[in-house]
Amino acid sequence: MTPILQIRDLQVSYYTDLGRATALNRVNLDLNAGEKLGLVGESGSGKSTMALAMMRMIKAPGRIESGSVTVGGVDLISLNDEEMRLARLSRIAYIPQGAMNSLNPVMRIGAQMVDAIKAHVPDMSQADMTEQCMKALESVDLKRNVFQMYAHELSGGMKQRVCIAIGILLKPQVIIADEPTSALDVVTQRQVMETIDRVQKEMGTAVILIGHDMGLMAQFVDKVAVMYAGRLTEVSTVRDMFSKPMHPYAQALIKSLPNLSNKGVFQGIAGLAPSLLRIPNGCAFHPRCPQAMDVCKTTIPDVKEYEGNRLVACHLYTEGA
Amino acid sequence: MANLLEFRNVTKTYTRGYFSEAGTTALADFSMTLKEDEPTIMTVAGESGSGKTTLAMLLLGFIDPSKGEILYKGKNINKLRGEDRLNYRREVQAVFQDPFAVFNPFYTVDHLLTVPIEKFKLAKSKADARNKMEEALSSVGLRPEDILGRFPHQLSGGQRQRINVARALLLKPKVLVADEPVSMVDASLRANILESLRGLHRDHGVSIIYITHDLTTAYHVANSIVVLYKGGVMEAGDIDNVIQKPQHPYTRLLIDSIPWPDVDRRWGTDGMMVKESETTDKGGKGCRFAARCPHVKDSCLHTPPPLYRVGETQVASCVLYDNNPVLPATQLTDVLPV
Repeated sequence: MTPILQIRDLQVSYYTDLGRATALNRVNLDLNAGEKLGLVGESGSGKSTMALAMMRMIKAPGRIESGSVTVGGVDLISLNDEEMRLARLSRIAYIPQGAMNSLNPVMRIGAQMVDAIKAHVPDMSQADMTEQCMKALESVDLKRNVFQMYAHELSGGMKQRVCIAIGILLKPQVIIADEPTSALDVVTQRQVMETIDRVQKEMGTAVILIGHDMGLMAQFVDKVAVMYAGRLTEVSTVRDMFSKPMHPYAQALIKSLPNLSNKGVFQGIAGLAPSLLRIPNGCAFHPRCPQAMDVCKTTIPDVKEYEGNRLVACHLYTEGA
Repeated sequence: MANLLEFRNVTKTYTRGYFSEAGTTALADFSMTLKEDEPTIMTVAGESGSGKTTLAMLLLGFIDPSKGEILYKGKNINKLRGEDRLNYRREVQAVFQDPFAVFNPFYTVDHLLTVPIEKFKLAKSKADARNKMEEALSSVGLRPEDILGRFPHQLSGGQRQRINVARALLLKPKVLVADEPVSMVDASLRANILESLRGLHRDHGVSIIYITHDLTTAYHVANSIVVLYKGGVMEAGDIDNVIQKPQHPYTRLLIDSIPWPDVDRRWGTDGMMVKESETTDKGGKGCRFAARCPHVKDSCLHTPPPLYRVGETQVASCVLYDNNPVLPATQLTDVLPV
């Protein structure tokens, strides 16, 4: 089966006054239809940049330097602006962080949804558009009368679900959700995630969930990709990631999680994430890595495949292999 | 044993307009006590709109209660004047949710630390002030040379939040109100900040009111917990009991919804579907949770249930336990261990 989403050698830099910051460095990633991938990492590790790059929404001073993003056989990077505009929402949809605050306060929810369809299929009849919006609202467990409402009449969780409804309006093949629940409390969070889960199953869409809440990842995704300083360090199934993480950064992430059995034990990750302007030589994680070797200080580890389709970029496993 | 801080039947109602009867009760008849010689970490948990932040604002004296009174060392905090007020302002400190919003971008971060030193005359000389600042920063795990003289935008969220903890520490407070201190910080840094908070409690005898909706971190730092829903206490008690054996349907829903970082522990599927709260606060009559509760009975809709004892150190406000003895709301503190 050909993956629905193929990212090859994607590289994004921001040209700042202080120099070039490489926010994404030669990232490769495959995702099959119906798969759910979690993209985790600290602030500034390049998660959101990756989402924006896939949507081709990187703004100056940022630039996509090279690489390809193929969705269902079409390379988005090579499309012209008008073709890309049409591809957004119909091939690949993006639910940005804090999406619920992006609803226009002076437009009815329905009008905003119809806008999205009009921009793609202008010759559809008004009645059909309305019907399609209603269906989208229903599929995220909202009542049809939400169509007539304003954003201020809805709770945070409902607004977030409106944004999901807009995201699925044109049945995209890939949905990227950037921290869709970061401002919501646990109960609402569960409700929103269950909605995404159900919609995803019905439509067979591939979903990329961006976030740093490993708990949410454990509950929701099939595969986890860990980013550090603009590179993917490990991609594993969620079960492998939580039971035996391979990359030392992934290990530290998993160890720092609170759970019920280790009350009172806190294990943060020592040190700070590097600035993208001054990424350490060799493996970017080596200054914080408890298992760093000499080779880590000089050579960037390549991503290699290990048992169980795991992709890991670490010298620990290549020595002697 | 002296009471450091006391809430006496505190109610806060936000009204709409002068003549309107309708209002939102953000906190209803809440009583609790913090003892001076037994510092504790108490969690106040609940979802958005449960009254958690109202509780913090009341405690810090930013808003006045509609009914009841809040006493600090036996004096009503809204009537404190002069030296008493200054003392209260120094001894009750806060760490807020957003580490990005509390800094003034025009000043270096030193400003946040020097202002309280000047205001409360904590240092005898410039050198003394510098020492105090460095000491406070070191004790939250920051290197003073990395921090002092920098501007807020040069620091990460985790560093900024720890500076806030350091600032609180500098003032040697008795009570620290931490309103969602880690919700905007990366997971890998949360541990460091929570550890700083615990150090404050352990080494400096500070009582901490930890306000959060994240029960996982609460479980790790706190001794006791009060679960609020729409301003009312739903369940309270020893944190181990409440988290591991929740009794109130609302607490169960909350705990069931925690995304545990464990592949084998899935979100509960016991059919307790999270209903949209269709019914708004029906004038505050009856149990606040009735509209969403799967065990709702007719009696729930008329009178709010009192706190029933469901264990040595646990109470739940639910008619499911109406055979158990009742704990008067004013004695809530009795079931909260220190």
